[in-house]
Amino acid sequence: MAESEQKKRKTSEIDKSESELIDPTSTRSEELSSELDELLDEIDEVLEENAEEFVKNYVQKGGE
Amino acid sequence: MALQRIYGTETEYGIIHRGVKDSNPISASSFLINAYLSKTADPGIGPNSPRVGWDFIDETPGTDIRGFSPMGSLPPEIEPNLVNAVLANGSRYYVDHAHPELSTPECLDPLSLLRWDRAGDEILIKSMSAANEALPDGEELIIYKNNSDGKGNSYGCHENYLISRDTPFGRIVQHATTHFVTRQIFTGAGKVGSEAVGEKRMEIPFQLTQRADFFEEEVGLETTLKRPIINTRDEPHADPLKYRRLHVIVGDANLCEVSTFLKLGTTGLLMAMIEDDFLDNQLKIANPVHALQQVSRDMSLKTPILMEGGKTATALSIQWELFERSNNYLNKFGSENVGGESVLKVMDYWEKVLSALSSNPEQLFGFLDWVTKKKIIDSYADRHDLNVDDYKLAALDLQYHDLRPETSLFLRVATEKIVSTEEVELAIENPPEGTRAFFRGRCLQKWPENVLVANWDSIVFDTGDQNLRRVPMMEPLKGTSEHVGDLIDSCETVIELIESISETIQ
Repeated sequence: MAESEQKKRKTSEIDKSESELIDPTSTRSEELSSELDELLDEIDEVLEENAEEFVKNYVQKGGE
Repeated sequence: MALQRIYGTETEYGIIHRGVKDSNPISASSFLINAYLSKTADPGIGPNSPRVGWDFIDETPGTDIRGFSPMGSLPPEIEPNLVNAVLANGSRYYVDHAHPELSTPECLDPLSLLRWDRAGDEILIKSMSAANEALPDGEELIIYKNNSDGKGNSYGCHENYLISRDTPFGRIVQHATTHFVTRQIFTGAGKVGSEAVGEKRMEIPFQLTQRADFFEEEVGLETTLKRPIINTRDEPHADPLKYRRLHVIVGDANLCEVSTFLKLGTTGLLMAMIEDDFLDNQLKIANPVHALQQVSRDMSLKTPILMEGGKTATALSIQWELFERSNNYLNKFGSENVGGESVLKVMDYWEKVLSALSSNPEQLFGFLDWVTKKKIIDSYADRHDLNVDDYKLAALDLQYHDLRPETSLFLRVATEKIVSTEEVELAIENPPEGTRAFFRGRCLQKWPENVLVANWDSIVFDTGDQNLRRVPMMEPLKGTSEHVGDLIDSCETVIELIESISETIQ
């Protein structure tokens, strides 16, 4: 009994606190998609010019 | 009652040297660190300003926590001839194998460690810019905070948790393994492709972690071959009768603050529950090495893991279970020894992150590295209609970790911040106050010319007379701001300091 009450309280806390931190509504999705569009534009400008050469030349020695 | 936890991380960064024919990562790493040390040397002392080196006297990385070394195991080598410096914020900054590595100072709680871990990244960024100023035109050093080159070579981001020597090691193995396998759902830094033996690279277009491909054993001493989920290096850097240091090698290097914070905070809580024998035997994974890779490859977060006894559970449900138990633990024992206020913040983020992973992981864009990276890669592939094996996607993966502010993809994302820029700036120059790192850092700030060498548990002073003086610091909770802050402030010379300390001890 007490346990289920506790669970219930916890669930409502999640809902409340989630809205403060992570907005699960569509507004957040819209924001994210416009944020991403801008980001992708920037990536086109800064991404290494020759991706294949960059990836192939990125060689590290093992560490630790 | 659980011990007061001490936390630390050690990060090996990827490095490339552009504009030279045969680049050498060891000399490139040395150049990088030396450039930083020269740039930050005290201008009042001049170009010959002393650099404080690392003291290797107490290093025994080949000692096994189980009290024996299995036949054929390879303890890591110590390389005392490479650059190895102690910084005024209490960190160790050095060349390890072929990488620059930074170990944070000892911190009392996960929030402080997040701060000094972030300061470490900033130190690497400053080093890169100092090095590139000093290099000839056309050459450049670039640093990446990741754990793999995509070709089967991995380098680590290790975590350290000081735990009680009295805790049975078998208990640590069982519960820590369960946590390490399942925490990947929020600690993963994301990776394009597979590097597992016997698997084609693009058989796995994307996985949660950088590191899961490299683990082959459940328990062992190695860190470079046959890597184990639980590493048994027994080198507490503190009183060995009282402490063990759990050296965790299975995690990813994170850029998102929430990922780092949860990685450290949830593991710290787990250690407290293990010490207090608060966990039962219900959550034991049947085949942890297999499960580690299984979880890393499960983008749905719904694949069942086989538990001992034949039942199954998902990584997410096991994390919910550990969350609930942590909640009960804190209700019973309080949060004082596991990081106080900062642990309540861990619980808050843990709950929110698990809720979002249960409903819609995309909400965690800017919170978790793997979600953020995957979203960038998927959207970019959509926009340009790219196949999963297009090199551009692997390039995005690498460039996410690029630490150059002008080209880093991570730094272009508006991510969730837990520590402020000002707090990180202060942590670049100053040690944390609640551990012996304070004594190390403050002595280096005040008497750099008198500190000959230092390491985690001692400092050797050159006072100018015939004898060198070693001050042992075997207790990480002594030498704090509260203990020695006023004393250091009131002493003009290091001789005065040493005499006062001796008086205090007598």
